[in-house]
Amino acid sequence: MPYTKRRRLVRTAVAIALGATTLAACGSESADSETESGPASLTYWTWTPGMDKVVDLWNKGPGKKDQITVTVKKQASGDTLVTKILTAHKAGKAPDLVQAEYQALPTLVSNDALADISKHVGGAEDEFAGGVWQQTTLGTDAVYAVPQDIGPMMFYYREDLFKQYGLTVPTTWDEFAETARKLKKAAPGKDLTTFSANDSGLFAGLAQQAGAKWWTTSGDQWKVSIDDAATQKVAKFWGGLVKEGAIDNQPMYTPAWNKALNTGKQIAWVSAVWAPGTLTTAAPDTKGKWAMAPLPQWSVSENRTGSWGGSSTAVTTDSKHQAAAAKFATWLNTDSEALNALAKESGIYPAATNAQTSGAFLKPPAYFSHQADFYRKAADIAETTAPSAWGPNVNVAYTTFKDTFGAAAKSKSDFGAALDEMQADTVADMKKQGFEVAP
Amino acid sequence: MKSTARRQSYGVKGAPYAHPSPTTTLERARSAPYFFLLPATLLFALFFALPIGYALWLSFRKVKVSGLGLGSGARREVWAGLENYTDALSDSELLHGALRVLGYGCIVVPVMLGLALLFALMLDSEKVRLAPVTRLAIFLPYAIPGVVAALLWGFLYLPDVSPFSYVLDQLGMPQPDLLDGGPLYLALSNIAVWGGTGFNMIVIYTSLRAIPAEVYEAAKLDGATPTQIALRIKIPMVAPSLVLTCFFSIIATLQMFNEPTTLKPLTNSVSTTWSPLMKVYRDAFGEGDIHGAAAQAVIIAFATLLLSFGFLRAVNRRQKQEAAR
Repeated sequence: MPYTKRRRLVRTAVAIALGATTLAACGSESADSETESGPASLTYWTWTPGMDKVVDLWNKGPGKKDQITVTVKKQASGDTLVTKILTAHKAGKAPDLVQAEYQALPTLVSNDALADISKHVGGAEDEFAGGVWQQTTLGTDAVYAVPQDIGPMMFYYREDLFKQYGLTVPTTWDEFAETARKLKKAAPGKDLTTFSANDSGLFAGLAQQAGAKWWTTSGDQWKVSIDDAATQKVAKFWGGLVKEGAIDNQPMYTPAWNKALNTGKQIAWVSAVWAPGTLTTAAPDTKGKWAMAPLPQWSVSENRTGSWGGSSTAVTTDSKHQAAAAKFATWLNTDSEALNALAKESGIYPAATNAQTSGAFLKPPAYFSHQADFYRKAADIAETTAPSAWGPNVNVAYTTFKDTFGAAAKSKSDFGAALDEMQADTVADMKKQGFEVAP
Repeated sequence: MKSTARRQSYGVKGAPYAHPSPTTTLERARSAPYFFLLPATLLFALFFALPIGYALWLSFRKVKVSGLGLGSGARREVWAGLENYTDALSDSELLHGALRVLGYGCIVVPVMLGLALLFALMLDSEKVRLAPVTRLAIFLPYAIPGVVAALLWGFLYLPDVSPFSYVLDQLGMPQPDLLDGGPLYLALSNIAVWGGTGFNMIVIYTSLRAIPAEVYEAAKLDGATPTQIALRIKIPMVAPSLVLTCFFSIIATLQMFNEPTTLKPLTNSVSTTWSPLMKVYRDAFGEGDIHGAAAQAVIIAFATLLLSFGFLRAVNRRQKQEAAR
C-alpha cells in the first residue's frame, strides 16, 4: 500500500515535470514541417457558418480518396482570431488551415505564421481576378492563401422612397451629397444614410475606391500613406456631410440603426455584396423595396469600387501536411461543387470569377427577388474593384480609426484631423516594432 | 503514537507500515506538514505565481522587427527593460482612462453603498412587511450577468428604441441622450448600482442580524427612538461590513470592463480605451501588442493594490484612534 502510494506520487511528480518541459518546449519548437503524402488529419479554424457541411462533402468525396480528413473548429471572426492564431503559432500549435481576412494576411505573414503554398496550388490563380489574387501574394512570388469570398462595394437604396421624394440614384459622390441635402429638405426627419465609425472596413473600402494605397513597399522600407490625397478627399467628404447635418452620425449595427432601416428613417446604405443578408435581419419589413446600384464615383469617367470584407483560406507554417492542406484549400475555393455548397450553406459571395454567375448565383437573393440581374450586376461591379494595399499593422490603423473617427463623428468636428491621428498612430506603432518606415 | 495506530488500522497485513522502525516514523512525522502543504503550494505556484511571473516576464520584453518584417526570422523577441513601463506611464490615454473610471467610481461607490445601507436598515426595522420577498427583489439584479445587464440597459438608453424616450416624446418633453458626455457616467453608474446594491445590502443586512437583541433592549430602555438606534447603534456596529463592501466596490470599479465594452458598439462616445482594462484588452487582442499590454496590466494591478490597501490602512488607523479615545 505505501509502496504503491509512493510510486504513484513519484509518477505524478514525473508527469508534472514532463508537463513543464513540454510547456517550455512549446516556445522554442521549430516550425519546420515536412510535406509528406499519405493519410493526413487536418484542423481548420473558420468562422463561416455551415462550413462543417461543406467540409463533409470533402471528407466523403475527394478527401476520402486522398485520405485527407478535415475537421472544422468554429471560431469568432475578426481581429481576435488573428491574435488567437498568432498565440497558437507561438506555441507551435496553430491549426493546419485558417480563415483570414485579406487585410490580416500581412500581419500573419510578418509573424511567420503562414506557409508559402505556391508549389501546391497549381493553376488556381486563373480562377480569380488579378486584384483579388494579388492580395494573397503580397506582391511577392510566394502565395500565402487561396481567396474564398470577396466584398465588392455597392450602393443600396429604398427604391420606393427615392421615387416618393423625387430622388435619382447618384452616380457621383457630388450627386450623392446633393441627394442627401435634397432629402433633408424634403423630409427633415429622415437621413440618406449615416457615417458609422464602428467598422473600419467600410472607410478602408471607400478610400480604396478613391485610389488610396495605405501601405506600399520600396526596397526594404514600408511607406504608410493613410493620409494621402485620396483618403483625405474621402474623409473631408464624409466629415462635411456629417458637419452640415446632411447625414446621420450614429453607428450602424445597433438596434437604433436596424429600426432606422426598417422604418425608412434611413433610406440608403453604402455597403457590399453581402448586404442582402444583413438587410434581411435588420430590416425585414422592407423586403422587396430596396434596390442595388454601383457605388457613386469620384468623377464621371471613372468606374471603380472598393471592397469591404472578404477572406481567404491559408495554410500555417505549423502544419505537418502543408501540401494536403493546400490541396483542400484549393478544392474548397475553386471546385464548383464546393463553391455551390458554400453559397448554399454559408451564403458567401465567391472570389472565384466563374462561380459568381453560376449555380446559386443565377437567381437574385430572396430579399432582392425583384432585381433579377442582381448577381450579374454584382459580378460586373466586382470586376471593377480597385487594387488594395495592406500592411503589417492594419489592426492598429483599424482600432485607431474607430476611436478617432468615432469621436470626430460624435462632435461633428474635422475628419482630416482624425485621419492625421490615424496616420501618426500607425507609423508610430510600426517604428516601435522596428519596421523600416520611409519618412 | 496515535498516527501509527491509525495507519495500522488501514494497513494491509504484512505491509511495511505494520512494523515501522522508530527513526522512519519520526522522519515521516517531520516531513508530514510539507507533504500536506504540497497540494496548496503546487496550486498556488501553477495558477497564481506562474501566470503573474509570466506576465511580468512578458512586460520586460518586446518584439523587434527587421526590415520589411516579411518572411521567417524577421521578428525576434528581445529584452525591453523598462521601455514598456515608460511607454505606458507616458501614455495619456491610460491616464485619461483612469480619470474616467475614477469619476465613475465617485458616483457608484457612495450611491450604491448608501442605498445598500438604507435598504438593509429598512429591512431590519421592526415594522417591515414582506421582508423575504423584498430582500429577494433587491438582490435579484445581482444574479443577472454584467454583460446582460449592460445590454438590457443599453437598449433602454438608446433614444430611438427606448420606451422611456417614447413616453417622454408623447408627453412633449425633451429626450436626453444618456449615452453621451456627462450623462454617460450616470448611465454607466446606474447599471452598476442596479446590479450591485443587492449584494452589498445582503452583506450589511447579515451583519445587522448578528447584533445581539440585548443591545437594542438597553437602548430602548434608555429611551432611544428607532432613528437613534439606527444611527447610533446599528451603523457603528456594522462599520466593519461597510468597510468590506467599500473595499470590494473600489476594486470592482478599478476593474471596470464589461459595461463600457458592451455599450461601445451602441455609441460613438465610448472609445476602445475608455477604461484602463479596455486599453489593455485592445492592445493585447486588437493590436497584438502583448508586451505593452502586460506592462499596463502590471501597473493597473499595482495601482489597485495600492489604492485598496491604502484604504484599508486609513480605515484601520481611524479605528485605532477611536479606540484610543
